[in-house]
Amino acid sequence: MPPRPLPVINEMNQHFWCGGADGRLHIQQCAACKTWHHPYVAACSACRSRDLAPQPVSGRGTILAVTINHQPWFPSVPVPYALALVELEEQRDIRLMTNIQGLEADAVKPGLAVKVCFEQHGDIFVPLFEPA
Amino acid sequence: MSRYFEKSVAITGFGQSKLYRKPTVYPFNLATDACLLAIEDAGLTPADIDGIACWPGTQVGVGHGNSSASTTDLKNSLGLKLNWYSSGTGPAQYASIVNAIGAIAAGYCNHVLCYRAEGERWVPTYGRAFADGSMPVASGFQEWMLPYWAPSAANWIGLHADLHMRETGISREQMAMIPINQRKNAALNPNAVYREPLSLDEYMSSRIITTPFCIYDCDVPIDGSAAVVISRLDAARDLRQKPLRFEAVGCALHDHESWFGRSDWPNMALNDAAKMMWDRTDLKPADVDTAHLYDGFTWLTILWLEALGLTKRGETGAFLEGGKRIALDGELPLNTNGGQLSEGRLHAFNHLGEAIRQLRGQAGERQVKDVNVSVCGAGGGVFGASLLLTRD
Repeated sequence: MPPRPLPVINEMNQHFWCGGADGRLHIQQCAACKTWHHPYVAACSACRSRDLAPQPVSGRGTILAVTINHQPWFPSVPVPYALALVELEEQRDIRLMTNIQGLEADAVKPGLAVKVCFEQHGDIFVPLFEPA
Repeated sequence: MSRYFEKSVAITGFGQSKLYRKPTVYPFNLATDACLLAIEDAGLTPADIDGIACWPGTQVGVGHGNSSASTTDLKNSLGLKLNWYSSGTGPAQYASIVNAIGAIAAGYCNHVLCYRAEGERWVPTYGRAFADGSMPVASGFQEWMLPYWAPSAANWIGLHADLHMRETGISREQMAMIPINQRKNAALNPNAVYREPLSLDEYMSSRIITTPFCIYDCDVPIDGSAAVVISRLDAARDLRQKPLRFEAVGCALHDHESWFGRSDWPNMALNDAAKMMWDRTDLKPADVDTAHLYDGFTWLTILWLEALGLTKRGETGAFLEGGKRIALDGELPLNTNGGQLSEGRLHAFNHLGEAIRQLRGQAGERQVKDVNVSVCGAGGGVFGASLLLTRD
């Protein structure tokens, strides 16, 4: 597996990048109105509540759009590879840039149902998706 | 006085350095060239400049990279006596201008120097920078992109284009008319980096960067700089050039500052900016004589056309077909200097420079007849800003 650029973990992103240790994807949710937020907010932009906490989501989603990258931005990463935008089933505007495991690049298509999986790098569990 | 204070602010000077594809002249010196040329073009001297602004411009003591001249270093080089100065983030690549208009309207300044300094060719970037297998840290908004090997706006905008093309049917052949037309315009622009004609066959057979974009859909990184002098309108009328007026500015951001998280995605910040601009004027899209729209990628030009109401979503492909409507003698001359795709990437400042030349009647062989209103758009994705310019 080629290396990935990784984030520095802090209080705002820990649930997303490290939460996969339990096999589930964690997204911040407003306890008052149940709106999901990604990335981190300190107040709910829908109802202004300050009562927010990361919660596990189903991990299911749909591929909205695909681009097949041919440019060797990182020479250690073989090209071409697919980049997919996945919309989580919980909420329309929680959309994640991601890679799709288990498919050749040209088999990654809009409309495909996917579920989350993880690739571990130390304490970080990078959320990826695979066909559902 | 109108409540829209940009209407009492003028553009009085423009300057652009030489542009280099390969590291040749230290980029900070190119920024200094552009600033001095802009001041001279206005008929002013550095002693007249009482404000300076740059986007993003925050790396003091570093004269290369993607922001190769800080306001601090330029102020000290030019010996400016400033009432006001500003650099950092803001409404897209025109943040400095949006902010300078505010400074003039507030009465802080008479003449503000705004500039963009590009020095990315001086240092290795993607590909060459990571040839040893190393990886950058994923930080800032790139935190959500880099871990998936999606470092370029080409990738993010490619996803946008994939959805939009499936929904509206715009084809690559139609998209190709933007770079092909701009190469025709660049043939008449001695400052352009690429001036040879581009054929549809060359476009369609060229290497893909990230679908649906080929190399000709991506702008040309250069070392270079452009600068503009923004002045109080009543301090502008006896200067060297006939002043141009800001008829309206758009710089809004009405949803999440996010590439993919807007509630109205696939709208972008540029849709907010365009709407704000038209809300501040009686002029209409049909009044636009020339358009100078951001072309970091051809796709952004298409989105600006639609956001500004110059074309309708779903009809832009047909509008571009054949390229006649966007040609110098067409109904909407577009990116008449060749844009960033041919002249080089100056982050919308060369688009502004070309709008200034067209409005002044100084565009030489590529002059469009009877230009009274020009529109400029900068940015895409998380931010956008647009400027509607008229003759005074």
